[in-house]
Amino acid sequence: MSSTAPAAAHDAAARPRPRRLTELLLLLLALGIGVGANILVDPEQLDKDASHIVMSGSVLGLGALLVHVVLWARARYADPYLLPLAVALNGLGLAMIHRIDLSTGQTAANTQVVWTGVAMAVCCVVLWLLKDHRRLRNVTYIMLLLSAVLLVLPMVPGLGVEINGARLWISVAGRTFQPGEIAKITLAVFFAGYLSTNRDLILLAGRKIGPVRLPRFRDVAPMLAAWAIAIGVLVLQKDMGTAIMFFGLFLAMIYLATGRLGWIVLGVVLMLVGGFAASRFFTHVSLRLDAWLDAFNPEVYNRSPGGSAQIVQGLFGLASGGLFGQGLGQGRPDLVSYSNSDMIITAFGEELGLIGLGAILIMFLLFATRGLRAALGTRDAFGKLLAAGLSALMVLQLFIVIGGVTRLLPLTGLTTPFMSAGGSSLLSNWIIVAILLAISHSARRPVVTGPASDEDLATIEARRRARAEQRTQGSDAADREPATEPTRSAALSSSAAAPHHAGDSFDAPDTGSATEAMSRISDRSDGPAAGERAASRDTDDAAAAATTGGDAARGGTRAASSGGPEQKNEPAQGEAEQEGGTP
Amino acid sequence: MSELTVTLLRFGFLALLWIFIAAVVVSQARDLTVSGRARSASRERTRAAVAADEPERRRPAPTPQPRQAAPTTGGARHRPQQLVVLEGPLAGSSYQLSAAPVMLGRSTEATVPLEDDYASGRHARLFPQGSRWFLEDLGSTNGTFVEGQKLSRAAAVEPGVRFRVGRTVMELRQ
Repeated sequence: MSSTAPAAAHDAAARPRPRRLTELLLLLLALGIGVGANILVDPEQLDKDASHIVMSGSVLGLGALLVHVVLWARARYADPYLLPLAVALNGLGLAMIHRIDLSTGQTAANTQVVWTGVAMAVCCVVLWLLKDHRRLRNVTYIMLLLSAVLLVLPMVPGLGVEINGARLWISVAGRTFQPGEIAKITLAVFFAGYLSTNRDLILLAGRKIGPVRLPRFRDVAPMLAAWAIAIGVLVLQKDMGTAIMFFGLFLAMIYLATGRLGWIVLGVVLMLVGGFAASRFFTHVSLRLDAWLDAFNPEVYNRSPGGSAQIVQGLFGLASGGLFGQGLGQGRPDLVSYSNSDMIITAFGEELGLIGLGAILIMFLLFATRGLRAALGTRDAFGKLLAAGLSALMVLQLFIVIGGVTRLLPLTGLTTPFMSAGGSSLLSNWIIVAILLAISHSARRPVVTGPASDEDLATIEARRRARAEQRTQGSDAADREPATEPTRSAALSSSAAAPHHAGDSFDAPDTGSATEAMSRISDRSDGPAAGERAASRDTDDAAAAATTGGDAARGGTRAASSGGPEQKNEPAQGEAEQEGGTP
Repeated sequence: MSELTVTLLRFGFLALLWIFIAAVVVSQARDLTVSGRARSASRERTRAAVAADEPERRRPAPTPQPRQAAPTTGGARHRPQQLVVLEGPLAGSSYQLSAAPVMLGRSTEATVPLEDDYASGRHARLFPQGSRWFLEDLGSTNGTFVEGQKLSRAAAVEPGVRFRVGRTVMELRQ
């Protein structure tokens, strides 16, 4: 093969590659950022007491490596950028929390390191169990129930704890946890599952009033129920930030599913009306609005509950950071209250400057674009909605936090994903990473995308012969190949590369085809066009099975089983129904 | 630590952040096209040249023509070009086939409108794939028959093989 460079280049371009090595290299860079930042916040610690630096570095490194290894084993074609980006952001967050601990004498960094380890382990578990993200679709309504339970949990007497006027936490064994953070994932899964099933009903059924077609109430009722639970509970818990985030998630997902801009307009109007009403009825909301609009008024600044001191100090921090920042460990981010959670962005702005903060924002942007890339690439509506919804969720959360600390929006307490101190936020964001990785694996994994040609059939036949020969030699080495090898699908793929790598996948088995066949079956339900294609594919699979003959255990027969039942009784049918009747 | 080292480290760290971003952006540049569709066009162009160099290695299969990316255009040269009506109301007429799928039926929107009372409005569909045409019944009342066998799924139709839609019998010719 090496004799023709152009052919080899084609091969490389057309065939999806796992790209796990790219990921490993980027991971090393990301770890360098995390550990480097942790050292730079106080270089003298390295000589005196390096235990924290060593511990946080090794937890971050081992955790990242563990996820990486799990990806090798379970999701080889997953996106190679999500993990390094998450690790870099998490490492930066650890360093900044550690840096603020040094000035304030807290021990938040140690807790955060523990949570990082836990979150990464959970990410691995989710990746391991969630081989196919479509399984989540089966639990759509369980997710709705789970979201409701999680959101109500903090209001259970004895379990819920009220911190800073918001009742968002539960206390288990002395540790506090924010169940709402997990609820954002379960709600996203519910919205994706519900909308992917009922999208057409919402779009097409219902009365038409003027140019607008209103969906029938019963088609949107579960969505509205989910929305009402989320918003209602959060308003009761006095957490406006999370309420806005959930409302935004609802809007984003319904827009993604229907493509109607009207929903967004309606939603924004509703949000403004709701905000106005809330500012009238809830004192804490009106205080927030005051602190936003009139932040530099000394009276507002000095007010004891709901003063603007936090916002203004954050702005001063950003200002003193300037373009290049004060340098890690050189600023005074500790002057801002909650500088390691809600206000961590201003701490970064102060110490890394506009250039550093810009880099952090771009990392988030890249993370979200990789999520959207997975959504574009995956073939099922549920996966598309889920990946895009989770990416939208992250962008929305960042927008609310950063808008809040820069006085673009009223400040509402939300965590910065991956960075803020807080275990539940970290945990939920790493679960999001796991789900996005699983979806991106199914998006990039090579599958049959078009009908097979004569050439493919010939390839299958040739491989069957090769296998038969191998078997007569008493060697069944092929059986021991890894189960994820997607060779058959590569050979069957309609992309132009099929002919050339057919050659090198000759002796490999096609144990991976079972999942691909499954995905093709589900493709068929996606639309009439896909249905037609699938039908024609079945024909070829049937032909493949015919040529493969009795080679039942492996090969083309495996694919034929996807079109199995119909195909089996075809001859009988053909004889029974000889002639059609009169019209 | 000297002032200089501190300053260097400070700017070095900012540089590291942007190097990381640059690494991500540069290495992902290649897969920013959705499903590689943009690439396949250029691949198509170069394939002819490559195929000329190495015909036997690139074609392990006995089929003579190279495989194309778009299934509707594959092997067009060897695909039957003509649809001939042998029996039925339109007997004797023939249709030129291009690369586009053809709908057979009584409806006026059908590509080949059959004036056949025994055919359904949208009766069957012929579509090209590789070097062959496939016939698929579209849920017609009376069914579509190839060589006397009722179609239950799409099937390849070779030139010279007779198939029946309603009372119209047709075949493909080279």
